[in-house]
Amino acid sequence: MQLKVNGQVHDVDVEPDMPLLWVLRDELGITGPKFGCGIAMCGACTVHVDGVAERSCSLPVGDVEGDVVTIEGLGTPAAMNAVQAAWVKHQVAQCGYCQSGQIMNAAAFLAENTDPSDADIDDAMSGNLCRCGTYPRIRAAIKSAAATLRGA
Amino acid sequence: MGKLKTIARRTFLIGSAGIVGGVVFGYWKYKTPYDNPLRAGLDEGASALTPYVKIDENGVTIITPRAEMGQGVHTTLAAMVAEELDVAFDEIKVEHGPASSAYYNEVALADGLPFAPTDRSWLAETVRAAVAIPAKLIGMQATGGSSTTPDGYEKMRKAGAAARLVLIEAAAQKLDVDAGTLKTKNGAVITPSGDRHSYESLAVVAAGIEPPADPPLKPQSEWRYLGKSMPRVDAVAKSTGTAEYSIDVRLSEMLYATVKMNPRLGGAMTAYDDSAAKEMRGYVKTIDIGGGIAVIADNTWRAFEAAKAVECTWADAPYPPSTEAIFATVEASFTDEQRDNRLTDIGDVDAALDGAVHIEAEYRVPILAHATMEPMNAVAWLRDGKLDIWAGNQFPTKAKEDGAAIAGIDPEQVSVHTTYLGGGFGRRVELDFIQYAVQVAKETDGKPVKVTWSREEDMCHDFYRPPAIARFRGAVEDGTPNAYDGKIASPSVLEAMSGRLGLPTAGPDKLIVDGAYGQPYAITNYRITGYRAPPSIPISSWRSVGASYNGFFHESFMDELAHAAETDPLEMRLRLINHDASRKVLEAVGEMSSWGGPLAAGKGRGVAFTLSFNVPTAEVIEVSMTEEGLKVDKAWIAADVGTALDPSILEAQLSSGLIYGLTAAIQGEITLEDGEVQQTNFHDYDGLRINQTPEIAVSVLENGDRITGIGEPGTPPAPAALANAIFAATGQRIRELPLNKHLDFV
Ligand code: FES
Ligand code: FES
Repeated sequence: MQLKVNGQVHDVDVEPDMPLLWVLRDELGITGPKFGCGIAMCGACTVHVDGVAERSCSLPVGDVEGDVVTIEGLGTPAAMNAVQAAWVKHQVAQCGYCQSGQIMNAAAFLAENTDPSDADIDDAMSGNLCRCGTYPRIRAAIKSAAATLRGA
Repeated sequence: MGKLKTIARRTFLIGSAGIVGGVVFGYWKYKTPYDNPLRAGLDEGASALTPYVKIDENGVTIITPRAEMGQGVHTTLAAMVAEELDVAFDEIKVEHGPASSAYYNEVALADGLPFAPTDRSWLAETVRAAVAIPAKLIGMQATGGSSTTPDGYEKMRKAGAAARLVLIEAAAQKLDVDAGTLKTKNGAVITPSGDRHSYESLAVVAAGIEPPADPPLKPQSEWRYLGKSMPRVDAVAKSTGTAEYSIDVRLSEMLYATVKMNPRLGGAMTAYDDSAAKEMRGYVKTIDIGGGIAVIADNTWRAFEAAKAVECTWADAPYPPSTEAIFATVEASFTDEQRDNRLTDIGDVDAALDGAVHIEAEYRVPILAHATMEPMNAVAWLRDGKLDIWAGNQFPTKAKEDGAAIAGIDPEQVSVHTTYLGGGFGRRVELDFIQYAVQVAKETDGKPVKVTWSREEDMCHDFYRPPAIARFRGAVEDGTPNAYDGKIASPSVLEAMSGRLGLPTAGPDKLIVDGAYGQPYAITNYRITGYRAPPSIPISSWRSVGASYNGFFHESFMDELAHAAETDPLEMRLRLINHDASRKVLEAVGEMSSWGGPLAAGKGRGVAFTLSFNVPTAEVIEVSMTEEGLKVDKAWIAADVGTALDPSILEAQLSSGLIYGLTAAIQGEITLEDGEVQQTNFHDYDGLRINQTPEIAVSVLENGDRITGIGEPGTPPAPAALANAIFAATGQRIRELPLNKHLDFV
């Protein structure tokens, strides 16, 4: 089957029930999306499929219809996306392991809502676990990314 | 003490040595028996040098030999060196460096001694200084105990200062001028006429110059990095998916594996049947690794699926098989035979309580898992008598030893690559996941293999925070406690860890009472006794160790005494406190939270204070009762770190510690049935979510007399501050964690 990831088309020969996460990580070597729980409970594996945030650990690759974007496709160290830049500005990451998923989730959410309230942020982000407890800075970074996206 | 000090001092001699195209700076060790971690490429005679700074044509690299698990140590350790070396912070590179006993951690050991943390007496200080020698002999390169900052504070700055002086001398020799006329600026030596000679261009000459043994350090008033919030060296990588954890390591021809161990921890495997797995795509093979299996495949998911298909027969648990049975062993430990220590014993508690009206209470806390965000994993590659290990771990020297023993090769032939850790919290001091990976690597015909645990395997095979029970008696007089008697029983984490390390386990384990003993309250009759419960399930250090439960025990009972004395709990503590830095954090947190100010109906505030890891930490939490349950609205933290090196990292760590403590307080609980852990994943062992997290304000004070680390002290007061706030809001005194067994939370 063919899979388009970060603008590049890949031929993959795997069982259709293999979760997208493991196709990305072990077959294609795209390791930005992380394995945290495997049951859609933590959000560490979040990627975009046609712009929608999906838990790639629980999405069989055979069901993927659309273009996949991972954290690597969102922006790079040399050219960060506004959300990533806000994450750096607010020094969000501690261990950092959850942050690919946090950023991908936030980016999809901010594409829909560039002026979120605290309650909107809590709603949108409560599926993403951070054991280091970086939540106060995630809130701040989302607000600052939102302001950038609004051009404020 | 003079003599001990001299010996300890000699361990800090600084050396330099040439490497290809450059120079390294670091410490020579006292009568060193250690291997040089950068042996390759070093001159003869330079073999005992441990580098902290490496300069070659590629620039300046600072070696930060402690695990970066989120606490920001790579940034702070690098800032220590950069401050003295005079380099631009955004131009340096930072590496964890190899496993080496030369990077021993003396502060972690000194903190294991049974002296009250406020005890600055001659005896306590002498013994602490003496520990520098055994720590080195044991050669532990460990990260934990909030020890990285105090341990590195002198070593790292001196390495930077010595390197800078050598580079100046190198420029003087090269240019044939007097060193006194030269200055440095941002990675270069500057001549009086303003010419710039980069450190890189001087590195080869510098390699031939003997560095000063005891270079002077900058006065604090001249710091430009330390004391400031520095951009974390890992921030960009961790925001772009490019930071490498061991789970991300990729090597050519690498195989993928997972393990499935007896769910009755440490129990044997009596049989297994892998016939179904053999039919599965990508399956390579199943190996008996003792107590369980490893399944090798060509992809992690295929290894997970194949492992599920292997039928294993498990033997019984080598410990009481249920939560109730384990707690029964703790309950039965309040005996004279099992008395372990009595490190606070002031006045005569028995006489004061005898016949007096007094209150009694029993508290308990459950077993807890670490649940780091990155499940346990490691990559091992054994070929041609050499072993390479990639693992996020808190104990590289032990990883090296274990790897060598399992592979049957010399430790010289083992390289440990410590990647970023996707969380540690004490879990990655234990190296079972590395041991398994090396066992698997023996069966792959020289191919590298990555062994990743499923979340379920990780949750059910932790080295847990032990259960604990506390029994209190206390009496008040004229609005003040005049007797406080605390008895705390728990299995010994020190015994468990020392046993696994082959170290002696004799002597008292102060970890049982950490955070309860030596608290700076002037109570006339004050006694804290620790009881050692028998070992049961595997246990280890869990963020703040004994203080993680003693903060809850001690400070909840203080609140009960304040209530009995009909006095304000913060005022009462302020009246009792006899340690200046501690008083100031309580005052600060009172001010920040407008303590005593008006509160709407259904709201309550609670306060708690714990002195742990030499950091006095006070926290206030504000809650409200809502239709959906109790909500944690706000939290305030004030902590004294002696010298604040990086305000942004300190704020992040204190908040992180508080949130970790709140998770445990509200909902953390591991239970066992038939010897098996019942919780398997984040649906039944969840961490606090963003919508449950209060607004947090942090204040960092600097009145203490020594520099301290901050990875743990934010955790201990949090559960008590919350439980005390619940009492203030509802009148309900909850003496057992997790609180959600007794109350609904939003
Ligand atoms: S790994 Fe996908 S949600 Fe946790
Ligand atoms: S930064 Fe460590 S889990 Fe979120």
